[in-house]
Amino acid sequence: MSELIIDGVWKEYGDQIVLENVSLTVASRAFVALVGPSGCGKSTFLRMLLGQERATKGTILIDGEPLPSEPGPDRGVVFQRYSVFPHLTVLGNVLLGKELTASKYKAKLFGAARRAAIEEARQLVAEVGLSGAEEKYPAQLSGGMQQRLALAQALIMKPKVLLLDEPFGALDPGIRAEIHTLMKRLWHETQMTVLMVTHDMREAFTLATRVVAFERPRDRPEEKQRYGATITRDISIWPPRRAGELSLSSPDRDGPVVLQGPRRDDPSSSPSGDR
Amino acid sequence: MRWINTRPSRGAQLALMLLPFLLLIAAYATGSAARLAENANDKLLPSLTGFADAINRLAFLPDARTGDYLLWSDTAASLIRLFAGLGISTVTALLIGMIIGMLPYLRALLAPFVTVISMVPPLALLPILFIVMGLGEASKIALIVIGVAPTMVRDLALKAQELPREQIVKAETLGGSSWQIALRVVLPQILPRLITCVRLQLGPAWLFLIAAEAISSDSGLGYRIFLVRRYLSMDIIFPYVVWITLLAVLTNFVLDQIRIAIFPWSELEKQG
Ligand SMILES: Nc1ncnc2c1ncn2[C@@H]1O[C@H](COP(=O)(O)OP(=O)(O)OP(=O)(O)O)[C@@H](O)[C@H]1O
Ligand SMILES: [Mg+2]
Repeated sequence: MSELIIDGVWKEYGDQIVLENVSLTVASRAFVALVGPSGCGKSTFLRMLLGQERATKGTILIDGEPLPSEPGPDRGVVFQRYSVFPHLTVLGNVLLGKELTASKYKAKLFGAARRAAIEEARQLVAEVGLSGAEEKYPAQLSGGMQQRLALAQALIMKPKVLLLDEPFGALDPGIRAEIHTLMKRLWHETQMTVLMVTHDMREAFTLATRVVAFERPRDRPEEKQRYGATITRDISIWPPRRAGELSLSSPDRDGPVVLQGPRRDDPSSSPSGDR
Repeated sequence: MRWINTRPSRGAQLALMLLPFLLLIAAYATGSAARLAENANDKLLPSLTGFADAINRLAFLPDARTGDYLLWSDTAASLIRLFAGLGISTVTALLIGMIIGMLPYLRALLAPFVTVISMVPPLALLPILFIVMGLGEASKIALIVIGVAPTMVRDLALKAQELPREQIVKAETLGGSSWQIALRVVLPQILPRLITCVRLQLGPAWLFLIAAEAISSDSGLGYRIFLVRRYLSMDIIFPYVVWITLLAVLTNFVLDQIRIAIFPWSELEKQG
């Protein structure tokens, strides 16, 4: 269970009001796409849900409890950039969450515990299509592979809520379609609620159960400072998508996806993979 | 083709690299020959054979008075001081730099203080060090530490602060505590920078070492140079200067190779 209730939230930076009176209830296991013009405060909104930033006014509840005031393992995140650790290999990146949770002082696992964690990490790495690249460093991966790695890294924590900030913005259409299938499958298979910021309407409507638009109702230059953005549209996809369930009307649209053939930027087929 | 796009081949690169050095030696040899032709007892620009003599005397024959091989005993004395000073500075910089870079409270407490300390001219403190710590090794090592540590602390603190906020937040969502994030995320990423930082501080470290040895010492490369200055022994001073330069160049190179060997990813980042 992971219901989010956002009630009357305002965010101001100094004199500038960025978000005003945002209220939103996100059901458990929903997949919400957040869209809106650049600079309207989508990332700010996500950062507040993450606990990286505090709301100026209003409350955010997760499962009925006030949101913790700092980021924690119950909320996973994939940023647009800098989401993976450049000093760790692919396997090391995915393993890190396990190590931090299990070993308080050394933050490293040894022996049987380590082997078990590696096994789990390898499975996840394979799941996002990176098997074969376990020993590579992020600098040796393409942008798409790095984002899939960031996803695997977040998923090993089994977060209640997954927050994605334009995670696939920089990818070419082919790779993006592959990541979409992956994303859909993961959403069906896991228990998490997903909030994803995107500029791509098509992405929003292919993945989400609900599309929420932020906009500034008043956007004249002299009003920019004093009025923030708020939710102007809230569209539920119809017929409804439900996590883990096939849609009756069009099974191939929402069904757990079966992968066919190798993916375009699989390490085995990628020239940049063996640099 | 534009000049900015023309590149030397490997052979040309090697030749170009050696050229300035050869020119320098040639210029010296001509200058020295001209002066010696005028006055065979000229001490200012000794001939290359003069250098060979002096090097032989200092490196391979025991000193008449002490029985030491002077070049080696001087080198050992200097390097011990240098590396002791750099070692202490490195550990200090790592600890304080990380604390300043990561913890806002301690940053508020320490960052302005370190900035002010780094502005104190170290050589102006040398008399105080001699008075307080005596003329022994401690005051020389302390001078190196005072001279290079504050800069290193500031550099590492900046580097730790420069890590993208996203990375730290990500580590928090992976369940990391402050200590764990310091250990697994920040420390490994600033260690390569620490090595680079030591390389950049080699020059200042040698400067402070030689200054301290020149003023008060009974061994060391700087001591020897300033001792023989009284007899205008250019045949000793020049080789010592070259030797010090070589030691510094070698340390610089070895440190960089160590960085690449231990942190291969830091080299990948640079290319990427
Ligand atoms: N730390 C900050 N201090 C001051 N102003 C900020 C800060 N962070 C964001 N802002 C302001 O808040 C507004 C919203 O920024 P935000 O990054 O949330 O936009 P966004 O909707 O994510 O835009 P984009 O789609 O381009 O990523 C911007 O006008 C920005 O100037
Ligand atoms: Mg944004």
